[in-house]
Amino acid sequence: MMDDGALLTIEAASQSYDGKRWQFRNLDLSLRAGEITAVLGPNGRGKSTLLRVLAGLLTPTTARRLDLNPRTGFVPQAYFGSFPYTVLDVVLMGRARHIALFRMPGKDDVEKAMAALDATGMADFAGRGIDALSGGERQLVLIARALAGDNAVLLLDEPASALDLKNQDAVLTLLSELADRHRIAIAFTTHQPNHAITVADNALIMLEGDTLFGPIGDVLTEANLKALYGLPVVAVPLGRGGARRSAFVPLYRSRDDGGVHD
Amino acid sequence: MRLSTGSGRPSHLTTTGLVLLVVLAAVAALGVGRYGIPLARVVDIMFAPIISPATPVSATEANVIFTIRLPRILLALLSGASLSLAGATLQGVFRNPLIGPQVIGVSSGAAFGGTVAILFGATHIGLLGSAFACGVAAIVLVYALNDVIARRNILALVLAGVVINGFFTALVSLVQYVADSEDTLPTIVFWLMGSFATADWDKLTLVAAPMLIACGLLLALRWRINILSLGDEEARALGVKVEHLRWFVLLLVTVVVAGQVAVSGIIGWIGLVVPHMARILVGPDHRSLLPASFLIGALFLLIIDTVARTVTATEIPLGILTALIGAPVFAILLRKTERGGHDG
Repeated sequence: MMDDGALLTIEAASQSYDGKRWQFRNLDLSLRAGEITAVLGPNGRGKSTLLRVLAGLLTPTTARRLDLNPRTGFVPQAYFGSFPYTVLDVVLMGRARHIALFRMPGKDDVEKAMAALDATGMADFAGRGIDALSGGERQLVLIARALAGDNAVLLLDEPASALDLKNQDAVLTLLSELADRHRIAIAFTTHQPNHAITVADNALIMLEGDTLFGPIGDVLTEANLKALYGLPVVAVPLGRGGARRSAFVPLYRSRDDGGVHD
Repeated sequence: MRLSTGSGRPSHLTTTGLVLLVVLAAVAALGVGRYGIPLARVVDIMFAPIISPATPVSATEANVIFTIRLPRILLALLSGASLSLAGATLQGVFRNPLIGPQVIGVSSGAAFGGTVAILFGATHIGLLGSAFACGVAAIVLVYALNDVIARRNILALVLAGVVINGFFTALVSLVQYVADSEDTLPTIVFWLMGSFATADWDKLTLVAAPMLIACGLLLALRWRINILSLGDEEARALGVKVEHLRWFVLLLVTVVVAGQVAVSGIIGWIGLVVPHMARILVGPDHRSLLPASFLIGALFLLIIDTVARTVTATEIPLGILTALIGAPVFAILLRKTERGGHDG
């Protein structure tokens, strides 16, 4: 464990593939146990690149500090495998780090994989082929695979973007449970400010040439979201009393106002 | 809970069944040929050194079984098993079920080595060594070319294989063009068509050890092939050193394929077709798929070779027979998997 209690920290990290266009510059971020961080930014701003850096798949161009965590699980946007393995076989692959080169997964690994499937509510699907599952079910299986590796940090690339509303809720609920009950540090990228305010403790927003990282209430403001996406986003309070929640509503240009803002 | 799922329990039965079938087919094949020997008599002769049979083993019988047929059958089993194992491995590593051992350029590299050896009238060991060395040279060239095109890119690797394959195929044609059309050219052509007709204990002992060791290592790595089949980025994210592992696997495949080409020429289709049969039988998990491919490959090539040496008076070259049988079988298998894919 690191001195400041963070499981993963990067400071002043910058990444550019060609030296001209920067995916991000001077980015600070730290992930703590039990905390969820939402990463927001427009298409092509480098959200996925950032996740790859955090997962250790890409070394950033420069960084003052790069304390990655070897126990990091990465959940891709979708399953791109070419062979229709069973769900259990897919989840077992999450154990790769713990199994020696010439060994096979043993009983212990199968138990861990089943426990991970249990945690994501997918235990009943263990014997099914992954190709027979819906997009939402596959997403839960991929999360189970990352869990099976006994990871302390979980990185998810747009885990809910391709799902219907019910499955979006299922994935977000699962993320909160994993943070609260299993004390896992989680970071996920999203295009949905509402997903961020529903579950995240912190937010990282990737503005042009600058990034902001902090508690969700400080960072996810109407002004910042407008700067981020280039259109007005208003926060609409929901419900009453103590448990105040709000939802962000983007003001798309509708046909009625002739496609002009304000 | 369903702990047995995925642990490969049902595949043990399949494996045991396949092993029995291979042994049975091998013993039967020992008796088949121009000098026919009944099955019971074959078993008697096999066990003759331990339990003397009622009628003593004649010199002809011993000669036919131990000197002529046994090395040939063992070589056919080894070649079929290795080619299919190599094919199943490559299909997993390249994430493409339409890939065979010829894709990485090793077969044509080894073919070039063999033809050059025949051109210069090299002996037994010279031919083996040359074929093997050129097969390895081919994979080294693929590696170097891949590095030039784009490192870490699987498509670039396939492209490099296609380029090297084409290059060596042209060299093989060149050797054939300059070869003496009376003497060496027919030898080259027949060698390239593939055959076990010249199999003997010398050839078998020369290649058996490296091929079996490489096969053993590939089988030991079979679960890792599952992970490689996910694609580079995902495998890396799961903590696998993709480049190292993939080149190690390709090197093992090279040893296996070059060894096979060195002793019996080019035998196509086996490495492509057999993994599909195995996939229908045991599913896509490489933990069961690789052993199943290994065993079915042995059985398949043994049967084809037995047909090749018994059906007509002059032997039919194996390469022709494997293509004639393999192509339609492959078409039927593809149709079957396509249909099966829809109802999950």
